[in-house]
Amino acid sequence: MSMLHASQATDAPVSMTSTSPTAPLMRWVMAATLPGIIAMTAWFGLGVLSNIVLAAAFGLLLESVVLRLRKRPVVPALNDSSALLTGVLLGASLPPASPWWLIGVGMVAAVVIAKQLYGGLGHNPFNPAMVGYALLLVSFPAYMTLWAPPQPLISDTLWAQIMGTLPATQIDALSGATPLDAFKQKADGLSAAQFWASDPLPAGTLNAWRMISLAWLAGGILLLAKRIISWHIPAALLGSMLILAALFHLLDADQFASPTLHLLTGATLFGAFFIATDPVSAATSRRGKLLYGAGIGILIVVIRNLGGYPDAVAFGVLLMNLCVPLIDLYTVPRPQGHYRGVP
Amino acid sequence: MSQWPTLTRQGLWNNNPALVQLLGLCPLLAVSTTVVNSLGLALATLFVMVGSSTAVSLVRHQVPNAVRLPAFVMIIAAFVTCAELLMAAYAYPLYQLLGIFIPLIVTNCAILGRADAFASRQPVGLAALDGLMMGLGFGIVLVVLGGLRELLGQGTLFSDMALLLGPMAEGWQLTLAKDYQFLFFVLPPGAFFVAGMLIALKNAIDQRRAQRTHPVVTSRTERRVRVTGVIK
Repeated sequence: MSMLHASQATDAPVSMTSTSPTAPLMRWVMAATLPGIIAMTAWFGLGVLSNIVLAAAFGLLLESVVLRLRKRPVVPALNDSSALLTGVLLGASLPPASPWWLIGVGMVAAVVIAKQLYGGLGHNPFNPAMVGYALLLVSFPAYMTLWAPPQPLISDTLWAQIMGTLPATQIDALSGATPLDAFKQKADGLSAAQFWASDPLPAGTLNAWRMISLAWLAGGILLLAKRIISWHIPAALLGSMLILAALFHLLDADQFASPTLHLLTGATLFGAFFIATDPVSAATSRRGKLLYGAGIGILIVVIRNLGGYPDAVAFGVLLMNLCVPLIDLYTVPRPQGHYRGVP
Repeated sequence: MSQWPTLTRQGLWNNNPALVQLLGLCPLLAVSTTVVNSLGLALATLFVMVGSSTAVSLVRHQVPNAVRLPAFVMIIAAFVTCAELLMAAYAYPLYQLLGIFIPLIVTNCAILGRADAFASRQPVGLAALDGLMMGLGFGIVLVVLGGLRELLGQGTLFSDMALLLGPMAEGWQLTLAKDYQFLFFVLPPGAFFVAGMLIALKNAIDQRRAQRTHPVVTSRTERRVRVTGVIK
């Protein structure tokens, strides 16, 4: 053969197989979300599943619409399941039985804006699911900050909630606060012991959150065991978070929640294993991953303890996504014989 | 006179201060929450831009090159003070609403940029026209941005226009969606987002137009990547 044309040339190692190499990865991640999703459904009812099904459906629909507009092949992109996974992750982050339009707006922000406008899978600087979550949190705080207490699998108002026809007064009556939110809102001067003694949360709430966190941890361990994620990001995130939370707690135990509350309630474990480890928007080198994870852990504690929001995984991840180009620039492994320094 | 169409096109489209030069973004993004806010700031900026361009052009031979920038800023500041006093006199509620952003027109780099780049080198008539067109280009984008953000953020258009135009604008408010609020578009990130979309739209229109006048023929022949040996 005397010449090779661009149309025949393939990037050898990348496309050895005809199917996308991303697909099995994404499917394993989705399988690993199952324990967490099952636990959430068991405690918070079918509203969790309706969130996830709606978000995933919106994800596939929006991805195919945008790809058609961009004149890109639709089927291979849908087969890699990344839009589906974004839907599952956003759906799991939203308060159970969120109205359909809320989920739709979130998925437009996630798939259309955060992912496809930046060039599609592999080009997004920000974690798509967290962009959707942050936009919803900023735009519709009333829907996003009230989390219903543990409830039976099917509640009477489930359908009305999903269709968005439930009057606002009833939504307030249905909703409670997450443990982190309740602790943050506690009256000044109330000590931590007094606060917990006053039964601030509906029965079983704390237990439900703990079990759900442990279920996410189980899924995370599966991801580690399958070598889909490396240990660096979760370990650095959880480590820095625990150390900083412990320091705050030592400083003033009545004002700042204990490290275990930080770890086992809220989105910490879910975020550490499923959100921060997104291979596209995270740092790449090992040292970079450690820095990136530690940054998220620090931001989570700082925003939770000193900021205005009860949980901060989404903001922590997005802010560190911003730092990834810089982290990558300074932590690329140095090839043998090259000087240390900025390339 | 032959430069008039060119200047008009430059100010309104090809070299639009907000969409192409990306100057004066601070007031553009901060104030454009509703049509009335945008229109108030747009009129004030337009007034300052025409006035300062004319004045700078008038004194262009008297100002030594070394001190030209401070001199221009002084001239601009004088016109901003006029605009501020006029607004306080005739549209006091709006003056209070816009607050710090009226005095901040002094620091709008679009104005100083035009004064230095154009007005200080051109005769009065052209400088005034340039100020008018640049001010209009900036103002139109500001009002469109304000309209889009008001519509997407609150579901209304032309609310509170009476603040600027007096009692005759009392009933102008169009409510397109009741009980609707999308805070993202009311808050600063929404301003960046909508402004980005407007810039993208402008670029898309330009590209389509360029395609129509000079269609780019993509060559069908394949690019040769690597040659080993003799081509037979």
